[in-house]
Amino acid sequence: MMKLVEQALTGDRRALARLITLVENNGAEAHEALSTLYPHTGRAHIVGVTGAPGTGKSTLVNELAKAYRAQGATVGIVAVDPTSPFSGGALLGDRVRMRDLFGDPGVFIRSMASRGSLGGLARATADVVQVLDAVGYDVILVETVGAGQSEVEIARTAHTTLVVEAPGLGDEVQALKAGVLEIADILVVNKADREGAIHTVRALQMMLDLGQPQVTMHHGQAMEVAGLVGLADDGWKPPICQTVATSGQGVPELMDCIADHRAYLRESGEWERRERLRAAAQLENLLRERLIAHLLDQIGQERLNEIIARVVRREVDPHSAVEALLRQVDSP
Amino acid sequence: MKKKIRVLIAKPGLDGHDRGAKVIARALRDAGMEVIYTGLRQTPEMIAETALQEDVDVVGLSILSGAHNALLPRVVQLLREQGLDDVLVIAGGIIPDEDVPALKEAGIAAVFGPGTITDEIVSFIEEHVRGDEAG
Repeated sequence: MMKLVEQALTGDRRALARLITLVENNGAEAHEALSTLYPHTGRAHIVGVTGAPGTGKSTLVNELAKAYRAQGATVGIVAVDPTSPFSGGALLGDRVRMRDLFGDPGVFIRSMASRGSLGGLARATADVVQVLDAVGYDVILVETVGAGQSEVEIARTAHTTLVVEAPGLGDEVQALKAGVLEIADILVVNKADREGAIHTVRALQMMLDLGQPQVTMHHGQAMEVAGLVGLADDGWKPPICQTVATSGQGVPELMDCIADHRAYLRESGEWERRERLRAAAQLENLLRERLIAHLLDQIGQERLNEIIARVVRREVDPHSAVEALLRQVDSP
Repeated sequence: MKKKIRVLIAKPGLDGHDRGAKVIARALRDAGMEVIYTGLRQTPEMIAETALQEDVDVVGLSILSGAHNALLPRVVQLLREQGLDDVLVIAGGIIPDEDVPALKEAGIAAVFGPGTITDEIVSFIEEHVRGDEAG
């Protein structure tokens, strides 16, 4: 395994691919590999791309990767698609839109199944991003599962989060709902050549204006509006970029927006704050995972089944059951 | 946790019919595998590169154009050149019986013709994939 890490660090793509599989499957070896790689991480700019299905995320990722390559940056891509909760299988189809990138040794694409995780990413996505970061990719593009109202995990993984919208998917009430818009560092209205694009831009603009603390006039009365609460509550106002990913139109401007955001993160100290949030979130996730495994192990399946049966028979309520189970195990 | 079987389903060559490939991709997904689908008109080089990056256990090639005798051995050759010795390569589509022995000689583990029951392909993969780690 350590040989695999060494080979991957020297640019062996086969070793890198195998290392990613190892990390995805999360064994003891994966932990060892990740701890060896960790000192090499922290250099890449991680850009998340999220949005509803069919908004053109994969095509946009393809265009962004080409633009970064033209600037001389190397690009790692992690594209996540959903795992079927019924069969445990997955159909990973994001590569269909990324065929332009074939044959370029400066690009590495990996498809990942979400494997039961919610929040738009797989449990191991952050780890896979770290592997790509460690082996030296300058930019890592992370494409989430296409859904749209709960993909907040990406904001804890990426430095810059793009939320992709397209015309005709919903009215401005969708834009007002809590969820993905709070995590956007940059809003992208893709398919901007389609009818209705201007309405989508306006609706988003209105939502963004509402998000800024301001005094507005309402029926002749001055009304104070508080700022939006969210992860992006940091003094950066998300720009709205219009693109047509299939033709590349608007992509240079989007690249500028991403570069501006990166510069902003560096200058404002926000980069460090986000690194801190990211480390905290990751530690919390790992702790939770290990604690649960440890507790379940101590309780034992038999005792667990017994108490589940008692809950079903209404002999004990779930909260008291948990209390009883926790009293039984010594704290880890 | 049992290791997930990862499969690349690709269509080498120029024919534009991918219904069969999609049916197989879906059947393998329903059998609990992770299927990477790359779409039409893939060159052998593209297929080999994708197989490498995705670290797949199986490459399934669907071909209806008649160019199988040229394209399929080329895919196997490129995979082996990159050190992907343990990847199981299977084929499906319109392939005459008389061509099958030479393809097997070239490293195609199995050829599934029209009318194959998808369960048959699923069991073949489960039996032959890198036996040590995939249960």
